[in-house]
Parts: sequence; C-alpha cells; structure tokens
Amino acid sequence: MSFKIVVLAKQVPDTRNVGKDAMKEDGTVNRAALPAIFNPEDLNALEMALEIKDKITDASISVITMGPARAAEIIRDSIYRGADNGIVVSDRKVAGSDTLATSYTISQAVRKLGKVDLVLCGRQAIDGDTAQVGPQVAEKLEIPQITYAEEVIGVSAQSIRIKRRLERGIEVVESAFPCLITVHGSAAACRFSNAKRVMKYKHAISASEAAEKGVDVSKLWDEKPYLKIEEWNADFIEADDSRLGLGGSPTKVKKIENVVLAQKESINLSPSDEDMDGLMKELIAAHIIG
Amino acid sequence: MNNIFVYCEITEEGVVADVSLELLSKARKLANDLKVNVEAIVAGSNVKNLGEQIFPYGVDCINYADDSRLFPYQTLPHFSIVTKLITEKKPQIALFGATSVGRDLAPRIASFLRCGLTADCTSLEIGEHEDKKAGVIYKDLLYQIRPAFGGNIIATIINPETRPQMATVREGVMKKEVYKADYKGEINKLNVADYVHADDFCLKIVERHIEQQKINIKGAQIIVCGGYGMASVKDGFKLIYELAELLGGEVGATRAAVDAGLAEHERQVGQTGVTVRPKLYIACGVSGAVQHRAGMAESSKIISINTDINAPINAIADYTITGDAAEVLPKLIAHYKANTK
Repeated sequence: MSFKIVVLAKQVPDTRNVGKDAMKEDGTVNRAALPAIFNPEDLNALEMALEIKDKITDASISVITMGPARAAEIIRDSIYRGADNGIVVSDRKVAGSDTLATSYTISQAVRKLGKVDLVLCGRQAIDGDTAQVGPQVAEKLEIPQITYAEEVIGVSAQSIRIKRRLERGIEVVESAFPCLITVHGSAAACRFSNAKRVMKYKHAISASEAAEKGVDVSKLWDEKPYLKIEEWNADFIEADDSRLGLGGSPTKVKKIENVVLAQKESINLSPSDEDMDGLMKELIAAHIIG
Repeated sequence: MNNIFVYCEITEEGVVADVSLELLSKARKLANDLKVNVEAIVAGSNVKNLGEQIFPYGVDCINYADDSRLFPYQTLPHFSIVTKLITEKKPQIALFGATSVGRDLAPRIASFLRCGLTADCTSLEIGEHEDKKAGVIYKDLLYQIRPAFGGNIIATIINPETRPQMATVREGVMKKEVYKADYKGEINKLNVADYVHADDFCLKIVERHIEQQKINIKGAQIIVCGGYGMASVKDGFKLIYELAELLGGEVGATRAAVDAGLAEHERQVGQTGVTVRPKLYIACGVSGAVQHRAGMAESSKIISINTDINAPINAIADYTITGDAAEVLPKLIAHYKANTK
C-alpha cells in the first residue's frame, strides 16, 4: 500500500527584490524585470514532504504547479531535491485566476492523481501573500487542513502530529490521513539538490519546453520515461470551464494605483512644520499609515 | 436584510479580540452607509459578558454558538457554524480578522460558498461599479482596498456577483471605536448540534502554549527604529515608542542601540536580528550599516531621520529628514494627530 504525498508549488516573481524598474510607467507590474523563483514557503513544504517520505515506507512525492510552461523549472528543481515526479497544470483558460479559481483548478489536478494521502503546500506565496489557496484546496477536496505547520512531531502511515506556529505560541495537533498541511516559513529549510539526481534528471523536459526548443523528445521519453515532465490542461483534469480563469474568479480588480511615493527617488525634507505636515498627509493618502 | 457579519475571535483570556472589535467598528460605519444591521458571530465556550463586550460597538445581533468544544478554535466546527449561518441569513458582507484564525477560516468558507475573498485589506469603502461591457451598474459594492505586489501598488478589489463579499483585515488597520455605550442588540443563541457535525472534531489538539503578547516586530507593518544616534537624544526611545504606538507599529533597534541597552534584543533589526519588510520603516538616528540594511532594505517605504545628510541609510530612504530626532519626532507625532483627527 503506497503512501502518496502531493506538494503544491508556485513559481513567483521575486517580489523581495523589487528594483526601481519593477513597475512600468503605467503603474503595472513589469514581470519581465523580476526573476522567477520557487515560492520560498513551498520549498519548506517540499522539505517537510521529503522528511515524511524518509519515515514512511513506499511513499512517493508528486509536485503540482499551475502556471505557464516555464513553471516546469520548479518541477525540475523539486526533482533534483528529491521529489519523484511533477506536473505542470497549464492552460490559457486558467489565466487571470483568483484564489478561488486557482484552488478549484489545483484540486481537480490532485483528484486526477487518484488516492492521495497527504497534500502539502507553503502557507502563502510572496506575490500575493493571501494564504488562501491551501485552505481552499482542502475544502474542495473535503479533507481537514492543518495550517502554519512548523515541524513534524511524529508520523506513521495512519496519522501525523504537527507543531503549528501561531501568532503567540504553538499548538500540536494530530490528524488522520488524508489531510492538507500548509507550511510556515519557520519550518526547516529545503535540502539542496542532490548531485546524482541532477545528473539523472537534468534533461527532464515538458512538451511545451521541447516544442519551444524545437527538439523531438519522443525517443528520449520512450527510453527514459522519467524524463517527461507531465503537462495537464483543463480538459485533462476534467475542469468545468466556467470555474476557471478570469470568468471563474469572483474577485475583480476595479483599479490599480501606483503608491504615490513609488516612483520618487529620495526626497529631502527639512524638519519644518510645513514639510512634516506634508509628509504625514502623503503617507495617509497612500494608505501607508492612517 | 442582507446585513454585515463580523466573525469575532475569542482570545485565551476569554474576551473578544481587539481585531474583531476594530472590525465591528468598521462594520457599523459601512452598515450605516448601507442602512443595514451589524451581526456578530461568536463561537466559543462560556464567554463572559459577551453582550456588554460588543453591543457598544453598534452590534444589532450576536449569533452565539456556546459549546465547550468550540474553544480553542478548530477549523472545521467553526467553518460549519459560519457557513450554515451565512447560508441561512445571507449577509452581503462578511469580515474576518487577518489573524492565524481568520486566515485559516475565511478562505475555507469562501471556497465552500464560492465567494470572492480579499486578504489583508487596508481600507474598506462602499461604492459603485459600472461594467461598461455588460452595461450593468452595480450599486453599494464593498471596495476592498489592499496593497499588492510587495506594497508597490494599491489595488481596489470588488465582488460584483457573489455574496457575501468577504474580506480579512489585519489587527490595527481599522480603528476601534465605541459607537454608543448603551447600544443594545439581541443575542441569538444557536443550537450548536444543528450547526456542527460529529466529524468536525476529527483533529485532536495535543498541546498548546499560547503566550501573552510578546515582542514580535517581524509581522509589524510599521516599524520605528532607533539607532545609536538616539543615545544622545534625551528621552530618545520614549519618543520612538510614542510614535510607534500612535501609528500602530512596533519599535525596532539597531545592534548598536541594543548593545547600548536602549532596547531589548527581540527588537533588533538586521543580519543578526530580525529581517523585516514593513510597509513603513522610520529610521531615527540610524547610520545604516550594511548589516542593518540587510534586515530592512526590503521595507516598502523608508524614512530616515538623521543629522548627517550623508548617512548611508539615506541612500535607500524614500524620504530623508535632515535634522535632530529630538525636534523631528515630536513634529511627526503632532502632525499625524492633526491629520487623523
């Protein structure tokens, strides 16, 4: 009886290193100017999955990411670090998804994997900080959730004991499987890539990547099926189109404003009442204080 | 009636959490705009003086689920109670604190109800929206305003079609204001057995250690930081504390200031302290050594108050105020008060 672990991961723009060119003139985000990285807390989740896999016989880890074809990069990274395989859920239909549409799409992909014992994901992604997708996937899969996990206290094939990091303390909870766990950034950092795994999997590739490079990989995949990074579209995960993407997202962005101060270089002020009053007014208008 | 619901959290001390009182205060204002009622949802165990605690914030109805199993908080029973109540009473707006409880609970509810949910709103307003393509005008929508993308942009989010319109708000963002000291509503005691399922208690809480509020500058949205330069300012850190408290922020300190005994180690910002990314960082008398900057350079907005215009911190500051903190801090305090009256 095998034990199936799924890790949900996201490739995100590195908002922690937002430079001056991160915003375009019109106030929209210049994604091209930001490096794409493995969402940090999803790496903590991957480490927790690897740790659990080490303790349970016959456990496997699949990583699911939703995003453009390029997101296959974090699947390869996950495999280098010890995940068994990964899937990129990619479809034009999912563009513009809010958290509800995203969690629906991801839960459909998890369902497609059949019996899953444990789902792990980062608490939140740094490009949105909403922390919504984890609990929402748990609801869609109708399984209990354990949020803000910091440490696995104990695990067997039947149940898991988790230390949760709360605002003012900790809580240890125990759950049977299946369940979903969101992992806090204070959990153990992810182990590095394993050199042997890098050698074995460095040519792992998805169909979109192969098409972009213009290479025929059918022979490679026949000989070494483990080098195929699966790509699933909306039809494959049997998604209801009306619940996907922009159309399936109940939240709409009415407007986006650049923070008033964002484009300015250092502004030098004197301690005069006039300057101090103006500064406070600006900060309040920009919702920075209030 | 399509009222406004606020999910109220109960603290370890058995009282309604500040963040919930802040949300009730905001909900009252929104309800007055919309001419509807404010309803609280409380799920807990033997909460003392519940009505006295929250009616003064302008609460018209407290939906109260009282059961020994409902404290401490667990996701599934609270989820079942709130979703069933929302399904029965159909509020137009439902607000939750952006706390470890609210951020655990609200998304699961939104998922079940297939509603939009906006996290960490910094402002909530009522307004309308015209969908020009569809030729529809939506009246009385909740504008859910929040910074996005590392705080570089402010987005206004709406949920035109789904109800309730759901949002979470961080503690300290809204102002806690008593509406009328003698305001009275009704208490609607729920028959808990009708609202929860036996399976909802499938998780076992093995252990809990919750401490009194301790210093945690990591999560603070606003930090007022004092450097060694404050050592020579009379009552320097007292001014820093005053400004931090006024803005709803925390006090930080540089290593030099901590080593000089001006602040506790938990407040140390920098490479060997805490790394922070607040939306506003006010550096007072901070020279800005690399080690310090490593722990705060990702702050969305930085104000530097320094007598030395060439202090390294000024290079990464959005605003530099060249002057003595002893003069500048009281002015900032006074002008903040004058502008937020």
